[in-house]
Amino acid sequence: MAAYRTLYDKLVDSHTVRALDAGGGEVLLYVDRTVLNEYTSPQAFTGLRDAGRAVFRPQSALGVIDHVNSTRPERIALPRVQADDLQMSYFVSNCKEFGIELFDLYHRQQGIEHVVMPELGLALPGLVIAAGDSHTTTYGAFGALGFGIGTSDIEHFLATQTLVYRRLRNMEIAVAGHLPPGVTAKDLIMAVIRRIGADGAQGHAVEFTGPAIRTLSIEGRMTICNMAVECGARGALIAPDDKTFAYLEGKPRAPKGHALIAALEAWRMLRTDDGAVFDARIEISAGDIEPMVTWGTSPDQAAPISEAVPDPALETSPARRRDAERALGYMGLSPGTRLTDIRIDHAFIGSCTNARLEDLRGAARIVKGRRAAAGVSAIVVPGSREVRRLAEAEGLDRIFREAGFEWREPGCSMCLAMNDDIIPPGERCASSTNRNFEGRQGAGSRTHLMSPAMVAAAAVSGHLCDVRTLEVSDAV
Amino acid sequence: MPSEPFERVSGVIAALPSANIDTDVIMPKTFLKGIDRSGLEKGLFHDLRFDEQGALRQDFVLNQAPWNTSAFLVTGANFGCGSSREHAVWGLRQFGIRAIIARSFAGIFFDNCARNGLLAIEAEEETVRQLTECGERGDKITIDLAAQTLETVRGVAGFGIGERRKYMLLKGLDAVGMTLQWRTEIETFQSRYLGARAWLA
Repeated sequence: MAAYRTLYDKLVDSHTVRALDAGGGEVLLYVDRTVLNEYTSPQAFTGLRDAGRAVFRPQSALGVIDHVNSTRPERIALPRVQADDLQMSYFVSNCKEFGIELFDLYHRQQGIEHVVMPELGLALPGLVIAAGDSHTTTYGAFGALGFGIGTSDIEHFLATQTLVYRRLRNMEIAVAGHLPPGVTAKDLIMAVIRRIGADGAQGHAVEFTGPAIRTLSIEGRMTICNMAVECGARGALIAPDDKTFAYLEGKPRAPKGHALIAALEAWRMLRTDDGAVFDARIEISAGDIEPMVTWGTSPDQAAPISEAVPDPALETSPARRRDAERALGYMGLSPGTRLTDIRIDHAFIGSCTNARLEDLRGAARIVKGRRAAAGVSAIVVPGSREVRRLAEAEGLDRIFREAGFEWREPGCSMCLAMNDDIIPPGERCASSTNRNFEGRQGAGSRTHLMSPAMVAAAAVSGHLCDVRTLEVSDAV
Repeated sequence: MPSEPFERVSGVIAALPSANIDTDVIMPKTFLKGIDRSGLEKGLFHDLRFDEQGALRQDFVLNQAPWNTSAFLVTGANFGCGSSREHAVWGLRQFGIRAIIARSFAGIFFDNCARNGLLAIEAEEETVRQLTECGERGDKITIDLAAQTLETVRGVAGFGIGERRKYMLLKGLDAVGMTLQWRTEIETFQSRYLGARAWLA
């Protein structure tokens, strides 16, 4: 064990049941918690049942329906919609049979898994949380090691409370300075992904450090860690601080009283030692970052909103040139087009990346007093029913509705379009989500990723738009 | 669950020369609605293999002979990025793919391969280039996992793999069964771990 350890090293060491090879590169890792969804878990439960195995520690799992469900307000009034769906009904019966708590569509705290866990206070510093969804990296915002796993690993975790785990290399992404006004955590992480590429952090656990990260709210930090998987990170950490502890205090399932005092003492130790060496280090200056949008079909195909669609011919790598040409063909865009000239048909505010209260506030601030442009269909899907209630208490729902946006029930919705919220072929969406892959929001759909405020700006303008120009006119 | 053991496998290799081929493309969401693992060969690369009318796209490599019976794929960097959906790996296996040689793999996908008897080999740029040429010519290649060799018409090259992954693939072993041999050790660890963290009780 090295004398000086990173936060990541400490988390792996404290959860190692046994080494599985001589060098300790592969370990049997104790996993504290998981959150299960209806679409990556069915075959795991079938596997347990077929082998006659029980769940090792049922209280360490929470089941949430989020991916395939409707987000239409009438979904509860029509309960047969839920019962009819094979995945949802199988999930309900699995959770019941194996003793796992479930937030189904009737539950007052239903929502997207990575929104629900933090708001309950189940994502705590120092934990290892693995779940059948790639955006499990979100929990790094609390100084927890979160990572996505496949269905076989879900089964392995449920049966053994552990995973066979290969230790990652350490990468530091140090973000100096401060984000300029109108620039958000989403823009920061998009700038990072553009800079290092969709595989830039592959094989690494990333720790985000620096003043710009410390200044972010916990919700902003969740956005950063959530999207770190889009540059290949298999774990994204931010050391917990007083802001983290204040966020957790009073959350329904977070420790309280004497337990909290003991927890805080341990949590304050969760930091990278001075003198610990990272295997790789990236420096980013926050002051240079502008609002970002994607123009292609990979999250690293992004640019500041003030720029134009790039020309693949200027790309020196033949492989990247070919990928860029293909992306522009799919997106129906020509090199040199100003990004602000790209017209949109749809606007979507939602997803585990950007459907928290702070995100909805940021978008509502832009929407207030304006209308969605003619021909643009806009929907807001809060990340959870808790977020929805809090937003309604502030009147955000009214702002969105008055602007012609639909106000929906929680779910993953149009982020991956596993429910009935689908972008038709050839149509274009400004989206606060995390992936602009081909066909992601529907076969032939075209997705531009951006912050929720930028989606709001695009929705009211009818085209991609620098949100900062709207804020100026606000002040007039 | 146990999978088919991987020993020595021969076949043609199909080239997909792109970076960042994501699991949405490998297995579109339409095929994720089931509760079992079956029927996913139809979904594999569905939107690349089939047009809007459901007819085979003749310009896609896996629709052309001899690559419609490929045992192997060769591809660029970051293969399998995106969603954690293991359905992508199940679909590849059901289509008959036994190994993928890529410049690099996304982490979750790489782990999913190992749990399903799909050999994932990370290779240098030059190896990827040579195999892509083999693919385009329709050459057969042979992978011998025990010997850790990759044979083409040009000769034999070695490849690296972790000892445990190799053992699991060779035997087609059930990972859960293997881990449960340490059940007592896990229970002891858990009581010590939780005992020191009263706030998690």
